[in-house]
Amino acid sequence: MSQDVSLMAHLMRRAGFGATRNELEEYLSDGYKATVDKLLDPGESNHMPDDLIRRYHVDQSELRQLDGAGAYWLYRMLTTSNPLEEKLTLFWHGLFATGYAKLNQARSLLNQIEMFRQYGFGSFRDLLVELSRDPAMILWLDNNENHKEAINENYGRELLELFSMGIGNYSEDDIKDCAKAFTGWTLKNAEYMSVRASKDSIWPYGRIAWHYEYRVDDHDSSEKKFLGEVGDFNGEDIVDIIVTQEPTAKFLSTRLFQYFASDEVDDDGEQVIKAMMESYFKSGFNVSAVLRTLFNSDYFTSEKCRYSRVKGPVESVVGTARLAGSYQEPTLDVHSLWAQTMFMGQGLLAPPTVEGWHEGVEWIDSGSLVERINFAAKELSDPTKDGVQDIIRRVISGYRDFIHPENLVDSCLDFMGPIQVGADTRDGLIEFAESQGDLQLKNGKTDEDGSARVARLMGMIASTREYQLA
Amino acid sequence: MGNKGKSLVVVQLSGGNDYLNTVVPYGDEEYYDFRRTVHIEQNEVLPIDKIYGFSPHLAPIKRLFDQGKVAVINGIGYDNPNRSHFRSMDIWHTAQPDEIGTEGWLGRVIRDLDPNAENVLTGVNFGRGLPRALGVRGVPVASVGNLDTYGLFPDIKDESAKKLALDAFAHMYGGVQGKDPVLNFLGQTGMDALKGADILRTAPQKYSSAIEYAANPIAQGMKSIAQVLLADFGTRVFYTQHGSFDTHSGEILTHAKLWDEVSGAVGDFYDDMQEHGREDEVVVMIFSEFGRRIKDNGSGTDHGSGGVAFIIGGEIKGGMYGQYPSIKEADHLEGDLHFNNDFRSTYSTIVEKWFGLDPVPIVNGHFEQFDFVNA
Repeated sequence: MSQDVSLMAHLMRRAGFGATRNELEEYLSDGYKATVDKLLDPGESNHMPDDLIRRYHVDQSELRQLDGAGAYWLYRMLTTSNPLEEKLTLFWHGLFATGYAKLNQARSLLNQIEMFRQYGFGSFRDLLVELSRDPAMILWLDNNENHKEAINENYGRELLELFSMGIGNYSEDDIKDCAKAFTGWTLKNAEYMSVRASKDSIWPYGRIAWHYEYRVDDHDSSEKKFLGEVGDFNGEDIVDIIVTQEPTAKFLSTRLFQYFASDEVDDDGEQVIKAMMESYFKSGFNVSAVLRTLFNSDYFTSEKCRYSRVKGPVESVVGTARLAGSYQEPTLDVHSLWAQTMFMGQGLLAPPTVEGWHEGVEWIDSGSLVERINFAAKELSDPTKDGVQDIIRRVISGYRDFIHPENLVDSCLDFMGPIQVGADTRDGLIEFAESQGDLQLKNGKTDEDGSARVARLMGMIASTREYQLA
Repeated sequence: MGNKGKSLVVVQLSGGNDYLNTVVPYGDEEYYDFRRTVHIEQNEVLPIDKIYGFSPHLAPIKRLFDQGKVAVINGIGYDNPNRSHFRSMDIWHTAQPDEIGTEGWLGRVIRDLDPNAENVLTGVNFGRGLPRALGVRGVPVASVGNLDTYGLFPDIKDESAKKLALDAFAHMYGGVQGKDPVLNFLGQTGMDALKGADILRTAPQKYSSAIEYAANPIAQGMKSIAQVLLADFGTRVFYTQHGSFDTHSGEILTHAKLWDEVSGAVGDFYDDMQEHGREDEVVVMIFSEFGRRIKDNGSGTDHGSGGVAFIIGGEIKGGMYGQYPSIKEADHLEGDLHFNNDFRSTYSTIVEKWFGLDPVPIVNGHFEQFDFVNA
């Protein structure tokens, strides 16, 4: 049984933002395979509804600011019943990294995120076509400046280098003809938006977003040569060619592997990536099929795969808040929650460049580590939070008069995860717990001081090295 | 490694400071034509000459200017000005106007001052989260929200409980290095953070001064900088910010309050340094990501281009540098002031003449330098 709990907790740390013990028990009653299927094909999600959010956040109507847009997405991550949908959307946000800095337009960014939700599980072909039509992306990579008479290669280049094939698999000429194929893929309401931007103080009806338009008069319909094929290619044709390339299958599978399985790819990992590539082609470029192969692989379910990723700041913040049961109702504090992601080095909706964030161990420096620890320790050492109370209840259940410090530590580690820790960490935690001796109970219950004490120990667990890993 | 003992304090005015209401062209009638509502009255200006003068809310800076300690960099900016806060701030932080840069210019300064990262406190930011200006991979910079509570577990108020938690933390992170490189790295980083915090926390106890800083955030930030600087931990680059200067509406009151706070804090800081005989070892640079529109909107001003920066210190040759841009309609750049000197000229001057470092790789190119640093 406890092996099953560990495995399910591992799956949910990767395919979601962790899970409470109640959630784990529900998933366990379905079993591992059925849970994977459900995560991949979840149907409509339950989450905090827009009308409720808007009632409490007037800024959601205008969406001028980045923190409001970030707060909106955080609410979704915090309350969704489909955690993989948001986790995968966060993956696309990092891969197709579009930042607020250049756009100054939060609504367009949220529209892009919604597009990732809609197309993220399906065909990679459709996703790349939608991405190429996405107004935020068009502006971010200057495709509105890509004209029939004067091409701008920015989007064409990054589509190949950062979004699909990876460097070294195409020539500079391929980039040029790729860019030509996307001429005329532009913004519809650019003039209106620039008039509005010049009168920046006045947005009486709130901000509207840019729209996409295909302008046939600005499209270069000449013959193009792309990856060895010749034709009057338009953007869709280019994407059709890209998705059939082996480097594309490898690029996508590797990035998904690193995000969901392990920061480092070893020989066994390479084998899994091969299997993911096969699923990619067999399924007609279907992202769900690739992920199903990964989640059901022996590698993914093995002990070796556990704790082999450094949690990203957003998953760390959301995971901790979900475990503590925080932010389940609208609160203005959610804006400071967004700011936390910035303090920890992953400002949601504000990736530094089109390359996205440097992940893995590069998430960690002394400043960001202090921010992570202080946030998680504060959330989980607060005995007034619902999630913390649930854990305390489970920790003491089965005991009547007292709990020995060592058992208290092990029990907290179990119900906060289960979280596996090394010997130094466990010794440090026991030393901390022992300083106050046994935890006294009265007929199997704690008093307020006792609960606070368990919560303080939970805060210490949230500050361990192992808690930084997924 | 640059000139020993010299340090730089950068004060960022976030949101776009209105240049025209900071150094006011009060002798130019057109100023009052364009600024029907949002202007500083002639009789309130603290004159520099017959045309230009400081806003009355910069009185402490005017006092230092009169002592010859303030270089005013007029018309500072860059080609093809960007009026997005985030992008323009990025440009100032990375010194890369033409493409999206990844390294901060001050991070590079810190790396060149302390190439082996021997001191975890060579660069200290006062505020939460790391400004991009300080970010370079492998360069440790401490980010301090509040000096008194800085470090791990600021929410544990009880001293003995906090000691217990910190001891347990040291036990968990400081154990024998194992086989897992990621856990080892986490252990090392955690211990660095603990060490940096332990050192920094002693600064307030070591400090004494006759100066009483105001209670507002920028004054408290400058006080923290003074405490850390005077504690001699080897910090060379300090960073802090204040705002929001994004005065689209209600500018007169907001702008006045913000400058009262900033100039008061900077004036107090200078006096504090003077009291301790250190005013010749530190330079303060004040900048903003852009200036604001020449014509007001009836209540405030919208985003513009062309701005002003201030360089302040005992070893600074005070005076007016750069050119005050023309506000004649024909000279406008899309309704804004034309910049006439690249901000990287100012950066280069500080990097080479103050720190004694090669500015070219730091600011991404060669830029004509000013002569505002005493030789």
